[in-house]
Amino acid sequence: MTDNAPVVRLDGITMTFSRGGQALTTALEKIDLEIRRGEFVSLIGPSGCGKSTLLRIIGDLIAPTAGEVTVNGKPATRARLDRDYGMVFQAPVLFDWRTVQGNVELPLEILRFDRAKRTARAREMLELVELGDFVRHHPYQLSGGMQQRVAIARALAFEPSILLMDEPFGALDEMTRERMNLEVLRIWEQTGTTVVFVTHSIPEAVFLSSRVVVMSPRPGRITNIIDIDLQRPRNDATRETERYFELVTAVREALHHPGSTGSSGSTSSTSSSGSAAGPRPPSTGRLAVEGAVG
Amino acid sequence: MSNPALAAPAGLASPATVGMRVRAAGRVLVSRRARLALFTVGLALLFWEGGKLLFGVPWRADGALIWNPPFRIPFFNDINLPHIWAVLGGFFQPWQRGKELLLWEYLAGAALFTWREAGLGFLFGSAIGLVLATVFVHSRLLERAFVPYVIASQTIPIIALAPLIISAFGQSMGSVVLIATYLVFFPVTIAMIRGLRSFDPRALELMRSYASPRRAIYWKLRLPASLPYFFTSLKIAATASIVGAIIGEAPGGIQNGLGRVIVTFSNYYATGPEKLWCAVIASALLGLVFYGLIALVEARTLRGRGPAG
Ligand SMILES: Nc1ncnc2c1ncn2[C@@H]1O[C@H](COP(=O)(O)OP(=O)(O)OP(=O)(O)O)[C@@H](O)[C@H]1O
Ligand SMILES: [Mg+2]
Repeated sequence: MTDNAPVVRLDGITMTFSRGGQALTTALEKIDLEIRRGEFVSLIGPSGCGKSTLLRIIGDLIAPTAGEVTVNGKPATRARLDRDYGMVFQAPVLFDWRTVQGNVELPLEILRFDRAKRTARAREMLELVELGDFVRHHPYQLSGGMQQRVAIARALAFEPSILLMDEPFGALDEMTRERMNLEVLRIWEQTGTTVVFVTHSIPEAVFLSSRVVVMSPRPGRITNIIDIDLQRPRNDATRETERYFELVTAVREALHHPGSTGSSGSTSSTSSSGSAAGPRPPSTGRLAVEGAVG
Repeated sequence: MSNPALAAPAGLASPATVGMRVRAAGRVLVSRRARLALFTVGLALLFWEGGKLLFGVPWRADGALIWNPPFRIPFFNDINLPHIWAVLGGFFQPWQRGKELLLWEYLAGAALFTWREAGLGFLFGSAIGLVLATVFVHSRLLERAFVPYVIASQTIPIIALAPLIISAFGQSMGSVVLIATYLVFFPVTIAMIRGLRSFDPRALELMRSYASPRRAIYWKLRLPASLPYFFTSLKIAATASIVGAIIGEAPGGIQNGLGRVIVTFSNYYATGPEKLWCAVIASALLGLVFYGLIALVEARTLRGRGPAG
C-alpha cells in the first residue's frame, strides 16, 4: 500500500435504525469520506447528527444499512479481526477489578502477548500518558482525567493503525481538556497513528486536527470539510494565533450555515474574525455543560 | 452493578488519601456493626428474661426461692423458655448423664461433621449453579427451556424431597450432601444468570473492538463483573447448605451430625430443654461462621473495586 492510499474509505454509508421492521431514524445518509495515513480527522456536528454512529460503523461495532467501509484496504470486519482499531469512548470504561497496569494489559492478553512483553508494553504506554507512578492503583483511585489517560494508553498498547476516539474528553473540565489535547497531539506525533476524533468542541477540533469534518443532522450528512493548516507542532501559543481564530470562526460558520461554502482549505471568510478579540474565542453552548461537570 | 470507575468524580484527590479514607470508613463500619449486633442480642435477652421476670414460674437457685413473678403466663415456663444461664450452663454439662464429654465439645464435633456434608453440598451446588447460569446466559433457548424447571424444583418442599432422595440413594452421607446441593444450586443459578449479564455494555464493545473471542469475554469481563452477585448468592448458599445438611441427616440415618443431635434432644426435651437450645445455638453459630467466612473471602476479593464494590 502506498503512503497516499486511504486508511479509511467510506463509500455511500447510510444508516437507518429500525425497530420491528419499521424504519425509525436515518442517522446517516450517503456519507463519503477518505482518511489518509497519519491524518488527524475530527468529526463535529450538533448532537444526534450521527458522529458516534459513524465512528462505530468505521470500527465495525455496527454494520451500516448501505455502503461500504474499507479500512487498510480491506472490509471493516476484517480490519477489526486483524486488530487494526484502538477505541476510546467518552467514558473511560476501565475494569474496576483490574489495576491500572492490568487494564492496559487487557488487550495485550487478548492478543496473546507473552507476559514479559505485556508488562513492558503496558508500562511504556503508561509512561507515555504520564501515569508511570500509578500502575498499581485501581481505577477508583484516579481522577476522571487520569482514567481517560489510562483508556488512551490501553487503546495505544497494541499499536493499532487507527485510533477511534468518541468525545474522549467530553466529561473533563476545560483546563484538563486543554492539557489532554496537548498530550494527545504529542502521542499522535510520536506514534504516527491515524486518528478519527469525535468532539463537540470547536476549539478542540481546530487545535487537534489536520481536517475537520462538519456534519449536520436529520439525516446525518457531511456538509463541510475544513483543512486545518496550522503549523505543527502545535502548542499553547497556537491557540493565540490569528489563523487559529480564523479557523475556529470558519468551523463555527460551517456548523451554523451548513452547505454555505464548499469544502476547501481556505476559510469561508476572514472578515468576521475581528469580533473574536479576546484571548479566547467565544465558546459554544456546550461549554456551559462541561463547566458543570468539572 | 454500579461501576465505581465510571462514577468517580473528575476532581483531583490524591490516591493515598482516598485509600486512607476508605480504610478508616471500613473500620468505623465494622465496629458500628459489632455494636449493633451486641445491642440486638441484648435487646432479645432483655425481652426473654424480662418476660420470665414478669410472667414466668418462680425463680430458684439451689432450691431456694429468689423471685416470684407477679403474673403467670404458661408460655414463659422453664420448659418453653429456660433461663439464659441455664442454657449457657448447659454447654458445660456432660452431653449425656454419666458421660465425660461436655455438651459444647459434643456439639462442636457434631457441627464439624455437619459442616463437612454442608461444605460438599455447597461446593457441588455452587459449581452446578455456575455452570447452569453460564449455559443459560449463552443460550436464550436453553434458558427459556430449562429455567422454569429450575424454579419449579424449588417448590418441592425439602421434607418431601429428602425421603425421596434417601430412598433412591440409600441412607448415606452422599444423600445428605445431595440434599444440601439441591438447596445450594438454586440461589447461585438465579443470581449468576443476572450477574453474568451485569457487565457494562460499553465494556462489551471494547472487547469486541479487540475481536475478543467469546471465551475471553467470559473470563475477562462477564465472570469478574459477576463476582459481587456470585458472593451474594454464595452467602445465601452457605446458610442453605447447612439447613439442607441438618434436615437430611435424620432421615438419612447419619448419627454424627447436628441433625441427629437435634432430633434426639427434642425427643428428650422435657427432661433437658436447655440441651435443645444449645444445639439450636450451635446450628446458628455454624451458619454464621460459614457465612462469615464467605463474607471474608468476598471482602478480600472485591477489595480493589473501590468503596462501592
Ligand atoms: N441503537 C440505536 N437505535 C436507534 N436509534 C439510534 C441508535 N443509535 C443512535 N440512534 C439515532 O441515531 C442518531 C445519531 O445518533 P449518534 O449517537 O450517532 O449521534 P451523535 O452525533 O453521536 O450525538 P451526540 O453528539 O449527542 O453524541 C440519533 O438520532 C439517535 O437517536
Ligand atoms: Mg455521540
